[in-house]
Amino acid sequence: MKLSEKAEEILEAMWTAIEENGEGFAAMERIGVAADDPAFDELTKLALIEIKEGRITFRPEGRQEGRMTIRRHRLAERLIMDVLNIRGESGDNKACQFEHLLNEGVDAKVCTMLNHPDTCPHGKAIPAGDCCLEAKRSGDLGVVPLTELKSGEEGKIAYIQTEDNKKMQKLVAMGVLPGNPIHLMQSYPSYIFRVGYSEFAIDAQMAREIFITRLQEKG
Amino acid sequence: MALFRKRKRQRRGSSCHAPLAEGSCGARKVVLVGNPNVGKSVLFNALTGAYVTVSNYPGTSVEVARGTAVIAGERFEIIDTPGMYSLLPITEEESVARRILLEDSPDMVIHVIDARNLERMLAMTIQLVEAGLPVILVVNIMDEAERLGISIDIPLLSTRLGIPAVGTAMAKKRGLSEVRGIISNYQRSVHPVPEYSRRLENDIAEVAGLFRSRFTLSPKAVALLLLQRDQEIADLVMTKEGEGFAAVEAKIREKIYARRESFHLDLSLERRKISEKLLDGVFCVPDKRKTTFGEKLSRWAVRPLTGVPLLLIVLYYGLYQFVGVFGAGTLVDFLEGTLFEEYFNPWISGIVKETVPWPVIQELFVGEYGIITLGLRYAIGIILPIVATFFLFFSLLEDSGYFPRLALLVDRLFKKIGLTGRAVIPMVLGFGCDTMATMVTRTLETVRERIIATLLLSLAIPCSAQLGVIMALLSQAPGALLVWFICLLLIFLFVGVLAARIIPGETPMFYMELPPMRLPQLSNILTKTYSRMQWYFMEILPLFILASLLLWIGKITHLFEKMSDGAAPVMAAIGLPREAAVAFIFGFFRRDYGAAGLYDLQTKGLLNPRQITVAAVTLTLFIPCIAQFLIIKKERGAAVAVAIGLFVSVFAFGSGYLLNKILLTTGIL
Repeated sequence: MKLSEKAEEILEAMWTAIEENGEGFAAMERIGVAADDPAFDELTKLALIEIKEGRITFRPEGRQEGRMTIRRHRLAERLIMDVLNIRGESGDNKACQFEHLLNEGVDAKVCTMLNHPDTCPHGKAIPAGDCCLEAKRSGDLGVVPLTELKSGEEGKIAYIQTEDNKKMQKLVAMGVLPGNPIHLMQSYPSYIFRVGYSEFAIDAQMAREIFITRLQEKG
Repeated sequence: MALFRKRKRQRRGSSCHAPLAEGSCGARKVVLVGNPNVGKSVLFNALTGAYVTVSNYPGTSVEVARGTAVIAGERFEIIDTPGMYSLLPITEEESVARRILLEDSPDMVIHVIDARNLERMLAMTIQLVEAGLPVILVVNIMDEAERLGISIDIPLLSTRLGIPAVGTAMAKKRGLSEVRGIISNYQRSVHPVPEYSRRLENDIAEVAGLFRSRFTLSPKAVALLLLQRDQEIADLVMTKEGEGFAAVEAKIREKIYARRESFHLDLSLERRKISEKLLDGVFCVPDKRKTTFGEKLSRWAVRPLTGVPLLLIVLYYGLYQFVGVFGAGTLVDFLEGTLFEEYFNPWISGIVKETVPWPVIQELFVGEYGIITLGLRYAIGIILPIVATFFLFFSLLEDSGYFPRLALLVDRLFKKIGLTGRAVIPMVLGFGCDTMATMVTRTLETVRERIIATLLLSLAIPCSAQLGVIMALLSQAPGALLVWFICLLLIFLFVGVLAARIIPGETPMFYMELPPMRLPQLSNILTKTYSRMQWYFMEILPLFILASLLLWIGKITHLFEKMSDGAAPVMAAIGLPREAAVAFIFGFFRRDYGAAGLYDLQTKGLLNPRQITVAAVTLTLFIPCIAQFLIIKKERGAAVAVAIGLFVSVFAFGSGYLLNKILLTTGIL
């Protein structure tokens, strides 16, 4: 089932009003789509929404559809703003155009690439998809900066991301190599970690640039 | 500056047993390389023993030690290089170490590695082997690896690498005779070179195929370094290849672009794969790692909750009890009070006065400011015991591996004053000798950090000699010591924060390898203390004599009185009697001289507690001693030296003025 862009916009607006703001219904005049738009017909025919006296409510399938639509929208925002680094109004516009491409499994791919983000750049929740639930269930907590590990936690170095190439070379030469197991021993006042039988101390700024695949959560 | 260390020790072996003793010019060259903290220098000391020279590598501030060893009658030249992590240099030290490999054409390269970290350190062995260098592998720190339950099949590793290898524990001299045997019997041969993936080997071959000339390193190594965008090697290849370089450069550009995503990383990963293969069945680690006492101590040292009390204990017993009470108290009383004042000075004065008829010349040697009675007494009676105990304490901390832990503990705090945790080492050393500490600031990463550290050292860190005298001075007035301490601490932080804001640039990131904590070896500590003391004396003694000379001239020409008159308004402004000016003029030669001058004034009853405190604070802040000023000029340039000198002088008297006003208004002292 592929919805029109306008229909997706309606679902998104409804999701925000009903699911997030806790209103009992979405008011027709506040949707932002003209009342005579064929998209309303489209959604009604598919039995996704119900319209009574200018009040729109979800039907059960509609709620699920709205959830996935809002998810795609916010994933698109993450992608456009975080990865492609397009911000501001132009970022918002691009995200709106981009979200409609994120169906038929593309959303799961993007979501995995973005490491199953919980929120959009504006801080609103991104509803979890199947890929997120699967990752959660399998214990794959994704790749996080070293700063996110707890003291005593172990992981594997995924990659080092730094603008200072020399510093990366130095770390690599010291044996801080992707694939090596790493054990965070302390995080205050400096980060201390162990790779093999060597210990290193780095500051928070540098710890943010070493990315770790978590293996298991302890405690 | 070059400093020479000469140790008197009987050498093993002698030329009469030698079948064919070669002259030093023909001696085979052995270069020691490896990561920092793997025991290179210990091996170097064990191999050489006598006549070691430590000098700056030409054009750099990096020190390189050279010595000779005689094994089975043959002389060998041994060179100890600064620590390096990889053949691709990042720091100046690494650059120097590699230049030695490139330009000194060694007959043997001994790669010293830490047994516990065999896998990651083997990456550099692979680089040395592929560069076609005559490599000998020394797997050091075997004792600690064994204690951790690690076992290493060194003969198998040696066979796989195709180079001689030996396991040692240099701190205990274990394996030294094997190393000597390998050096003595070494024959250069062609080593098999480990292979990378087909893609990488193709890239290397394409580049290396364009070379027309020969280099010290193998074409494979040169090609790899070029691919890693090594500018020094690129320059070298350009000079050697001449017109052919254009083709090489074009090929390099093409390859670098094709692998722009992650060439460094791919290469490191390939090397790790080779290491893993080499170590399969060679390196066995226990399933459960044991925690040694050193590791426990290390945990305590780095946690703020236990680390701060531990630091206070170290400072109290090490700095206060050992250096302050024992060194500056007991030892000084004995050497200066008893030996010089009661025996040596009266005796030498008698001799001089009998042999030299002119009172003016008598004054020069044994008078109030005499070269012998003041200069020598000062150097040997007061400075020697204080500095010796401090350097002993410092070397002990250094060898135990405590400093990197202290560095990470204070990193957050130091960031606020524009420094990183690394700067803690020169700062602590400053309490021994600010001059030496100023030299050590060159190990800091950025020029900005070096300038801030130099400024703080010359302003707010009193050296041990000065501390000793000031403690004695202030202990007379209760509360004065506390006021002095609080003033200096506040000024240290205030100027640090201010400097961090004013001086442009960013504080670099902090990273440091933590060597394991271990019980230091007494002989190593004594050697270090000894060579530091020697340096100190070479620097300080001529200055003391010069200062005595100038003071003598000042006295006989009545120049001091004129200078005191000139400085009287300044003294009055900070509430001091005009006689105090002399102490500040002394202070220009050395800060502790100045403090001693104040001490004299106090014993004469010319100063009240408020004046003592103001004078002590002002003098501590006042311009660094001449030696330190000269080193600042040498290390940072004349402009920075003059700027720091002016700032410090104005700031010192400004602070004195303010403190005097505050004390007067509040009536604390």
